[in-house]
Amino acid sequence: MNPEELTAWLRRFAELVHEHRDELTALDSAIGDADHGANLDRGMTAVLAALQEAPPADAAALLKKTGATLVSKVGGASGPLYGTLFLRMAGAVDGGFAPALRAGFDGVLARGKAEPGDKTMVDALGPACDVLDAGGSVAEAAQAAADGRDATVPLVARKGRASYLGERSAGHADPGATSTALLLRAAAETLR
Amino acid sequence: MSVGIVVVSHSRALADAAVELARQMLPGRELAVEVAAGTEDGGLGTDAMAVSAAIEAADGGEGTVVLMDLGSAVLSAETALEFLPDDVRERTTLSAAPLVEGLVGAVVVAAGGASREQVAAEAARGLAPKEAQLR
Repeated sequence: MNPEELTAWLRRFAELVHEHRDELTALDSAIGDADHGANLDRGMTAVLAALQEAPPADAAALLKKTGATLVSKVGGASGPLYGTLFLRMAGAVDGGFAPALRAGFDGVLARGKAEPGDKTMVDALGPACDVLDAGGSVAEAAQAAADGRDATVPLVARKGRASYLGERSAGHADPGATSTALLLRAAAETLR
Repeated sequence: MSVGIVVVSHSRALADAAVELARQMLPGRELAVEVAAGTEDGGLGTDAMAVSAAIEAADGGEGTVVLMDLGSAVLSAETALEFLPDDVRERTTLSAAPLVEGLVGAVVVAAGGASREQVAAEAARGLAPKEAQLR
């Protein structure tokens, strides 16, 4: 992968996060601490500024800078989680998007210690990685992430601030799974 | 040289107040206590890079014990370890203790010259006095 296509992906993700900022925050105010949209918007704005200020020479450096910026600037749990996703992607990007995303997903699992069905970003990211590993297109992976997001609606949260709400967390899509579906949608729109 | 203490919180005010409360136990004594709390713009949140810098600042060679509030404070502290030099990381302990109670116990034994293991153990039993009182 080259830095140009990754930058296009991140730019589109930042746009989508900005457009859906209020929706992400509304979901998070229903089941969490009401900061996901604002946090991720701030983080991705900082990422674009960092990439513009000193454009990294290669894909790995670009992903590393993206991850390091997110762990610093987001503020909430999505900072270390999305940050780790990109930091781990940096180590596997030589193999292409699918192995990079899988390495990122493994990093998210190790960092957050969530399992499928816990009502987290794992429920969108895992199905997307499975589709890519099976040879599916990025568009099909994005659809799998969106389906995974929708499947979080009836779930009871077992991780993060939402887990304090117990049964009351059911009935809303998980904010993290929702933003992850946007990340894959941005990929489908920008990556071949 | 004593073990250093690091406080990671979503809130700068919460962290500063917890440190003030703990330092009350150390009249006239020196101890490196560093805070990494809140976002750059003064809001609620945590910053793994700031945690990493606080650990390096608190580490005088004997290592550090890190106390956290909840959620992203824990994830940011774990992430911060990745950005530390190997030797500093190896002598950093992330404590599962409750922030206020653990911090008070930790600073007292750290200022007394205890090892990192002893400081972490004291933090971990931070709830014991309260539990004994309310039994």
